[in-house]
Amino acid sequence: MAQATSPPEVVKEDERTRRGYSSDAAGLGNLRAGAFVAPALLLIAAFLVFPALWVLYLGLTNYRLTGAAAAEPQFVGLANLLDAVSNPTFWNSTWLTLQFVLGSAVIGQVVLGFSIAWMLRDRAGPLKRLVEGLVILAWILPSAVVSFLWVALLDRDGGTLNALLGIPGFPWLLDHPMLSIIVFNTWRGTAFSMMLYGAALGNVPPSHLESARLAGASGWQQLRDVVFPHIRGHILTNLLLISLWTFNDFSPFLITAGGPDGRSEVLAVHVYKVALQSGELGYGAAVSTIILLINLVVAVFYLRLLRSKK
Amino acid sequence: MTRFVLGRIGFSTLIAVLLAFFTIPLLWLVTAPFTSDPSYEVKVPDFTWDNFQAVVEHPYALPSLYNSLILSVGTAVLVVLLAALAAYALSRVRLPGRDALLYALLLLSSIITGTAAMVPLFQLAVELNLIDSQLGLILILTGGLLPAAIFMLKDFMDSTPKSYEESARVFGASPLQIVRHVVVPVVRPGLATIAVWSLANVWGNFLMPYLLLSDVEKQPAAVITYTLYTEGGQANLSMLSTFGLLYSIPVVLMYLFVSKKYGFRFHGGIKR
Repeated sequence: MAQATSPPEVVKEDERTRRGYSSDAAGLGNLRAGAFVAPALLLIAAFLVFPALWVLYLGLTNYRLTGAAAAEPQFVGLANLLDAVSNPTFWNSTWLTLQFVLGSAVIGQVVLGFSIAWMLRDRAGPLKRLVEGLVILAWILPSAVVSFLWVALLDRDGGTLNALLGIPGFPWLLDHPMLSIIVFNTWRGTAFSMMLYGAALGNVPPSHLESARLAGASGWQQLRDVVFPHIRGHILTNLLLISLWTFNDFSPFLITAGGPDGRSEVLAVHVYKVALQSGELGYGAAVSTIILLINLVVAVFYLRLLRSKK
Repeated sequence: MTRFVLGRIGFSTLIAVLLAFFTIPLLWLVTAPFTSDPSYEVKVPDFTWDNFQAVVEHPYALPSLYNSLILSVGTAVLVVLLAALAAYALSRVRLPGRDALLYALLLLSSIITGTAAMVPLFQLAVELNLIDSQLGLILILTGGLLPAAIFMLKDFMDSTPKSYEESARVFGASPLQIVRHVVVPVVRPGLATIAVWSLANVWGNFLMPYLLLSDVEKQPAAVITYTLYTEGGQANLSMLSTFGLLYSIPVVLMYLFVSKKYGFRFHGGIKR
């Protein structure tokens, strides 16, 4: 499930309140503050930071799940990374991941989420509650359940989709595996964007929209000149978070298992397959390292954009 | 006038398409459990209770829901407690390197929680003797959720007025007393958000319990779902659909409760 978080606080705090008495209102002092933070940091260090560093190390070894290299892994330096970038399967997975992120997160979830929020912005009552409730339901149901629902929906013989379209026997998961998981992930994740834009649109001053309307601006012009400038920060935050989540999402595995023939093997699935199914832990960790780097680049890119206009 | 009519028609069509898109995948979950011998096809159910009978008789199905409850509640309590203390201290005292630390951890947590960390977490759990320990799993899950929780809560704490704390301090309250009696009541909606978010997160988590709990009596519902096969190796659809429904109901109830009580939307947490 998704996490709701905010972008870095870019605005500099007022120097005076930072040092002054009022910022430490409860009289905590650095020592007690440290004691308050310590238990959380301890758990984070043990179960988040350490595994991350360990992945970096593993990527430099030939560690395997079984066999001789499992007992005494050798240090192989950058060999795994070089293997990965010369491996067509890796590039195929990277390309599929790009399609997955652009298709289901950037286009699917953002456009659909914003459209729903925009259509329902001035409404109240049962219709709004029904639409929002259903969208949120898709988001909060456990992924084990949801993936079975989509396997049932897309099943070639008894599936509801084929029954509705009148094309029994059409194998969606075999013929269009990427399209299937892109639409699935759009369905699954739209709620987050919808709620975020719903909250953002509430912050657009109605008077600005009213003046634009009176000046004769069309619907699209109102969006472009009044709404988007106001919610620019929200859009970028939203894009950053859902891009990262989609990039690292494992649920395509539960629907297509990366197949057929690796045609829906996004990077998260690729890592699982090489590391745990083939047992090449070192190589898998190297691919994880590359994923970490790509994520970092994406995050820095968005944060730059966010900062640029502040 | 025609423009208005066209607009209404367009709006209604769009809403209808949306409703269909979000409803159709759910149909199977509400029909199959009440159908005898269901297939992947959505049929009008014949309202049998046999499938529920079978789930109740399954030795691990209902206990696994209880395991899911222990894991989610345990993690949520720990996340709320530790995140609240940390977020409060970080919001009120400027420790050196605070912001850089927070963003680094947040980025890390959104990346490392999935497949990338599987191998090291497994090795770590073996070394620390935490395999097959629900407490160990709770600690690991808590570690993964804490950065984002601290981040969200710090936003709440930043936007609460400090004057209450100052007055409490003038009257001689200790910092822990101030946190308990002044800060917690003020940020209660934030704490509720974090609690619900952690509960839902752990309730649906498949990968970590699958990796770290091999004892079938300790496994949560997410893992048990994938063991529901017939003797022929086919997915046991009557069990799967019925168990899936039972497994989903608590999340739906929680959503209804939260949206009734607080309105299910972002309080703070997200800002420009």
